[in-house]
Amino acid sequence: MEFNVNHPILFLIVGIIILFVLAQSVFFLVKALKRAKKIGMDTKKLRRIIISASIFTIAPAVAIVVSVIALSKDLGIALPWLRLSVVGSMSYETIAATNALSGMGLEFGKVANLTATQFVTIAFVMTISIMVGIWLVPVLCKKMKTGLVNMKKKDAKWLDIFQSAMFIGMISAFVGFVFCDFSGVFKGETSGLIPVFVMAVSAITMVLAGALMKITKARWINDYALPISLIVGMASAIPITSLLG
Amino acid sequence: MKNNKTYMDNVYSWGNKWNIFMMIVLLAFPILASLIFKAVPDWNGLIKGLIATAPMYWAVGVVEVITYIPMLGAGGSYLSFVTGNISNLKLPCALGALEQAGVSADSEEGEVVSTIAIAVSSIVTTVIIIIGVLLIIPLQPILQSKVLEPAFNQILPALFGGLGVVFISKNWKIAIAPIILMLALFIFTGLGSGDVGIMVPVGVLFTIAISRIMYKKGWL
Repeated sequence: MEFNVNHPILFLIVGIIILFVLAQSVFFLVKALKRAKKIGMDTKKLRRIIISASIFTIAPAVAIVVSVIALSKDLGIALPWLRLSVVGSMSYETIAATNALSGMGLEFGKVANLTATQFVTIAFVMTISIMVGIWLVPVLCKKMKTGLVNMKKKDAKWLDIFQSAMFIGMISAFVGFVFCDFSGVFKGETSGLIPVFVMAVSAITMVLAGALMKITKARWINDYALPISLIVGMASAIPITSLLG
Repeated sequence: MKNNKTYMDNVYSWGNKWNIFMMIVLLAFPILASLIFKAVPDWNGLIKGLIATAPMYWAVGVVEVITYIPMLGAGGSYLSFVTGNISNLKLPCALGALEQAGVSADSEEGEVVSTIAIAVSSIVTTVIIIIGVLLIIPLQPILQSKVLEPAFNQILPALFGGLGVVFISKNWKIAIAPIILMLALFIFTGLGSGDVGIMVPVGVLFTIAISRIMYKKGWL
């Protein structure tokens, strides 16, 4: 069979794998919903969570499609579709593909038509490199969750603080990340301010949504506040970039 | 025989089976491509590529698993480490859902809510990527247009602005020190956008340490 990076058989294999990924998500969704009903959780609240999570996901998911398009120039569509639907991300996959090609004496972005050997080599490097989390979660998950349960038995208040500290630690790293190009401001470059202003717009939107909810007592605002702040923040990036970029 | 398994026991059992199965399924892609096109990998390139890539990814992967499991919950972890995009999508989605439901991450309600949010997010993401792949030719000029490019470049600041204000305002006492540390590190030490993955566990460990000290001193 003559190879090309967009051969229909590659799409067929990826399509089947993606179906398994969907099946796992549907399986856990159904089991969690059944459990939620069994422990008496409010069905309306669950429905609102599902709608809110769906809306929140749309913009980042569209950004992933943009990444698939970007990688497809070199790798075809099937492999980036698989890699970005399962575990991967734009930066991880680009680095893996670059290293694999470099190992074969080639340069990413400068190979006109990949051969089957090059394609398979890249696919192996990407797959083997990225799958540590898939097998490590089964190894560690129960032990770690049991440790948390024991921590709760010993000191429930500390576990509360511990969980909040984990969330805050993660969020503070991303707040720092937003300022990663800020030092350019000291040299008169304003582009480093773009993510800072975008974050500020998103934060202000969230505060306004909270205030509006308190004034109007409309609880639905709380359900959509996070997706709204995400969309408003992203939209604000367009004029902010044209001003500061 | 009566089944004495708890919901959590079942989650571990389902998750272990699913993830091992998914690992085999994922490896099937390069193996099948190799067999169908009768192409043996370039062993030299494969080994060099793996040496350059795998140790870094495995180290980051181990740190991510240890850092994210307590935040994602069990069901959410099994799903997230298969579907990926954890820090930029699945975890914020789960945090938003926990906040919306008003439940704690360590409760059974929290486990269920974060699993539902992450499962829904995974399904929506997968479906949107399928639509994107099917419509790649008409969508390409729109999604790669210069007008929309800044919006897609600024997803993380837009995401963590809204999420940050909620969590920081609720936990401002423990947020001050890590935010100052991270701002100092990212502004003055030359850390770049690619370093955020490794700075997440640093931020988490630092915040836990500071919180422990404050808790012991009775400040929290």
